[in-house]
Amino acid sequence: MRFISPSGVRKAASICGESREGVRNSSMRKPRIVRTFIFIVLLTGFSLVTVLPKRWDIQKSFTVFGKTLSINRSLVRPSIDLTTFNIPFKRSLDFQMGLDIKGGTRVVLEADMQNIAQTDRQTALDAVKNVIARRVDLFGLSETAVKTSKVNDQHRIIVELPGLTNTDEALNLIGTTAQLDFREQIPQNDQEATPSSMYEYLNTFRPTGLTGKDLQRSNVQFSQQDGNPVVGLQFNEEGKKKFAEITQNNVGKPVAIFLDEYPITIPNVQEPILNGEAVISGQFTVKEANNLSIQLNAGALPVPIKIVQQETVGPSLGQEAVQKTFKAGAVGIGLVMLFMFLYYGWKGLLANIALSVYAILTVALYKLLPVTLTLPGIAGLLLSIGMAVDSNILIFERMKEELRAGKPFELAMELGFGRAWDSIKDANVTTLFVAFILFNPFEFEFLNRSGMIRGFALTLTLGIFISLFTGIVVTRTLLRLFLADTRQEVKK
Amino acid sequence: MINFMKYRFLYFFISALVIVPGIFSLVAWGLKPGIDFIGGTELELQVGNQENQGISTDLLNQSMASASAGLQFTIDEEKQNTFLIKSQPMEQEKKNAILTAIKEKFPSTKELRYETVGPVLGRELLVKTLTALILAAVGITFYIAYRFRSLKYGISAVLAMLHDSMVVIGSFSLLGHFIGIEVDTLFVTALLTILSFSVHDTIVVYDRIREIAKKNSSTPYHDIVNKAVTETLSRSINNSMTIIFALLALWLLGGETIRWFVFALLIGTITGTYSSTFTAAPILVVWTQLAARKNKRKI
Repeated sequence: MRFISPSGVRKAASICGESREGVRNSSMRKPRIVRTFIFIVLLTGFSLVTVLPKRWDIQKSFTVFGKTLSINRSLVRPSIDLTTFNIPFKRSLDFQMGLDIKGGTRVVLEADMQNIAQTDRQTALDAVKNVIARRVDLFGLSETAVKTSKVNDQHRIIVELPGLTNTDEALNLIGTTAQLDFREQIPQNDQEATPSSMYEYLNTFRPTGLTGKDLQRSNVQFSQQDGNPVVGLQFNEEGKKKFAEITQNNVGKPVAIFLDEYPITIPNVQEPILNGEAVISGQFTVKEANNLSIQLNAGALPVPIKIVQQETVGPSLGQEAVQKTFKAGAVGIGLVMLFMFLYYGWKGLLANIALSVYAILTVALYKLLPVTLTLPGIAGLLLSIGMAVDSNILIFERMKEELRAGKPFELAMELGFGRAWDSIKDANVTTLFVAFILFNPFEFEFLNRSGMIRGFALTLTLGIFISLFTGIVVTRTLLRLFLADTRQEVKK
Repeated sequence: MINFMKYRFLYFFISALVIVPGIFSLVAWGLKPGIDFIGGTELELQVGNQENQGISTDLLNQSMASASAGLQFTIDEEKQNTFLIKSQPMEQEKKNAILTAIKEKFPSTKELRYETVGPVLGRELLVKTLTALILAAVGITFYIAYRFRSLKYGISAVLAMLHDSMVVIGSFSLLGHFIGIEVDTLFVTALLTILSFSVHDTIVVYDRIREIAKKNSSTPYHDIVNKAVTETLSRSINNSMTIIFALLALWLLGGETIRWFVFALLIGTITGTYSSTFTAAPILVVWTQLAARKNKRKI
């Protein structure tokens, strides 16, 4: 039973009028549809390459008419490297796995800023971060991350160490306060032999008793003579005396500055410095000068740090969970596809093709951006697949209604797409809004900034955009190209 | 056309049937917060020994007794020889002492997961989560009110959304009380997803109401809503079925880590589908009736 009022009939007639033109247009636009189709095929093809596993060994033998044919080939997926064209873009096209999957350790450290003046706190935090990052580099792990975060009055450092599960040693190293000290060379005649290696050379230095405690702070200055960046040092009263003595004894000789038993710079002393204010000059770029100054500050503003949160996941646990999740996802998508085919027939099959395109594009984008896969991220991905089908269902249901109202197939199709678009748009905007709050791109302090929820929001957002593309552009093109044609032929 | 709206108070009754026990549980027992929110330590161990296969919780407890003195903790057996130890925030040294004690008795013990959260961090997350929820609700109300040119739609959609979150939060309060399910960051993520899904579904129904109302301005509102609900019902159910399929597979076959996350999404999808037809639409009808009655009285 249909519900028609006089005004409704008039309106419907006028819509038909407009859309008959639309249909004429759509047959005239045939080349454009074909072009869109070719674009989709190319895009999918390109994405498919990135989706493939790194190496694919094909070893098979067939027996055909008594002869044995054997294929022994390996397909190797290329990686993308645009750095040769001066574009900083290089991707290995492997999945980036998060800590909860690959196994590893995430530590949140809190810096105790009690003894640091309010104005120096940001400098001190940067310095601590720098020191920790350097210590983390010593582990030789890939994809480590060291980030700082400031919440109200809490200064924190977040360290992520993928692949590291034996944490005791690492945490002891990371958690210690930075040690800065100044060393002078042992007089030549006391030395056993002339140093032949860097290691031996460094061993010719001995501590002077001047340490980070005596340094007030360091900053980047610009030389008054040539405008080049230099690094300034300001000592406190105690340091002023010690430094004066050292420089008096070492004019023309090197004085090394060690941070955590590792030399960060070895300048030569030009003249005795008595006022407690020194400058280290050299062929610095601004960045190098900054870096050196930060390292000096790490010693000058020693900040005790303690662990407030720690998370260690063994690799076996994560791997198992991922395999299960992927298997479950595959079964879920299979069920969705089966449902679509059973309920909507050929249209459903086309929607399933669009859904496959969706899956391929999504995985390709994950590898290109890259998106770090975490367990909630994978869940977000699978959920967005369910939502991707939604646009198709909305459109198909609309089409059914229009067909029931007696409109010709092509017109019903175009109307279905046009009318469903309003609902699809509003519905997706609200989902995007929530994803936006979860992702918190502006780093608002009052919202969450943790990695797990962000991963979920990111996959959800990507899912919405890709599903809009596949649900509308891809399905529509497929329908226009294949279904409309067959219907017309049947009519003839 | 089925006269769906005739039974609107029945729908409200069904909703109340589900929500009231949840609210009761929430008031009486609250939610069981995970260490994400209140701080604490979770240590997951695979305890192994060549000789004896089955290791009981008591046996494990005895083996670590020397190291764990003074520490408040619970041990749960998750599956054969895999145990979860929960305690107040425990430092790395304490953990190592316990691990060494256990390894003396069971040499092939493996540490699967160790997570510790300080109490400050937990409270902070709670505040941030609530902020996010409120922001989302306010934003969605205004967006819908703007798109539908009426605050009525915005508020009704958010009421349906609150209905869904009450169902999910209530269920987890009950689950927490009876089988010890905790709420964590993942639960919050699920809740926010449910909210957006709920509104997503409601908008499709409202959109249809708006469209029909535009074409048939003389028809009673009651009938317009009926027609819109009839027309969108099969779409609503089909769409939810696909999401439910995907989630069901995840719930049954997916790993332990995301099981309750998926379960929350599953409840949310079902109530979200129900509420867009049987809560959000009837609220509009009741709202319009009340407004009409008020107008009449004025005249």
